[in-house]
Amino acid sequence: MIPAAFDYKVADSAEAAIAMLGEFGDEAKLLAGGHSLIPMMKFRLAAPAVIVDVGRITDLSYIREDNGHLAIGAMTRHTELEHSELATSKAPMLAHVASLVGDPSVRHRGTLGGTLAHSDPASDLPAAVLALGGTIVAQGPDGSRDIAAADFFTGYFESVLADDEMITEVKIPTGGAGWNYQKFNRRAQDWAIVGVGVADGGKGISLVNMGSTPLRATAAEAAIADGASAAEAAALAAQDTSPPQDNNADADYRTHLAQVLTKRALEAAGVA
Amino acid sequence: MDAGVMPLPPKGEYFVEVSMTVNGQAQSHDVEPRTLLVHHIREHVGLTGTNIGCDTSSCGACTLHLDGQSVKSCTVLAAQAEGSAITTIEGLADSARATGTSTGDQDWHPMQEAFQQCHALQCGYCTPGMVMAATSLLEENPNPTEHEVREGLEGNLCRCTGYHNIVKAVLSAAGES
Repeated sequence: MIPAAFDYKVADSAEAAIAMLGEFGDEAKLLAGGHSLIPMMKFRLAAPAVIVDVGRITDLSYIREDNGHLAIGAMTRHTELEHSELATSKAPMLAHVASLVGDPSVRHRGTLGGTLAHSDPASDLPAAVLALGGTIVAQGPDGSRDIAAADFFTGYFESVLADDEMITEVKIPTGGAGWNYQKFNRRAQDWAIVGVGVADGGKGISLVNMGSTPLRATAAEAAIADGASAAEAAALAAQDTSPPQDNNADADYRTHLAQVLTKRALEAAGVA
Repeated sequence: MDAGVMPLPPKGEYFVEVSMTVNGQAQSHDVEPRTLLVHHIREHVGLTGTNIGCDTSSCGACTLHLDGQSVKSCTVLAAQAEGSAITTIEGLADSARATGTSTGDQDWHPMQEAFQQCHALQCGYCTPGMVMAATSLLEENPNPTEHEVREGLEGNLCRCTGYHNIVKAVLSAAGES
């Protein structure tokens, strides 16, 4: 399979990429690692007229500690996050979840900014950033803005990013109590049929593949805040969700999985 | 874009020049931007050891090394590899000879030798990708456990289901290095 023809541009800075997005409008797509976009282009589910390659903006590949949070450049590859001592010590859940994405060869290419911009509800890292209460920094022609992960995702493969905005950084609060991530799938390298992320002892609980966006299990989070047990909170995990039906699972099964996995994740995170 | 209507050809450049080294040799070609790295390597550079399997970044038959790391070349544009160093299965033994790590009667890379000694292939279609993924795995984790080898090769499928001997070969190569 070969993508539809496109014009190929290389941006050597975020500013250059944003200028090109301004020039070409919604005909352009940013290409980071390409491991979500290129498959979609090969299947002809996406046929952008212009590809702006931002994968070589090495200035946006970094992991550093900064004022109580971990700052991660948007072009940081999953493999770098997975193997980073700083990420493993300061945001261990994020580093762990990065190690579960796809397979090693995929993780050599995929980037944190790319997976967030792609906004796939079945992806692992968006849900991890959501549970951790992360912030997504988006740069546009008029400067940068901080977007809470909870406000970022709007629908299947859709986010609040404007056509001329680019994710440049992700901020993850450091510290926090116990965490866990449960990924349920049938084949080793697959997307989660359902996934559950628990951060900071249950203050943040997120769901993978339980709707059109990565979701917070707000009822379960509220129950934990009120002192509920893991089992009591987990029973509320799928409240107000509309899980998808596909070859792997129907909605009832996904609802069941969300509850079971939330209980497991909460218990593993140290919630009684 | 309306369904069923062919898109107009894009304005601008139809070809981009991509330069890279492949197995140590400089290669420069004008390619369509949509050219995938695996097609570039097979059709323009002329090295057909890198196979195309699923074509959807699932099977790993097209695995090669881009700047020393395994990648699925069906999911990388040739243009993205501009300026990079590519190693394919054809260049692996030479890379081992260059560092004095080649081994066995054939003077191969230790992973190739281990695959032969452990009979880690049946039909052989997945083998180039398996060998390239396995060498990349040992670069990152020189002494993996059996579990880590199995996890590390999760992106490479063997439709003969010959995983047992493949895992043995990787562990054997790790033991020798």
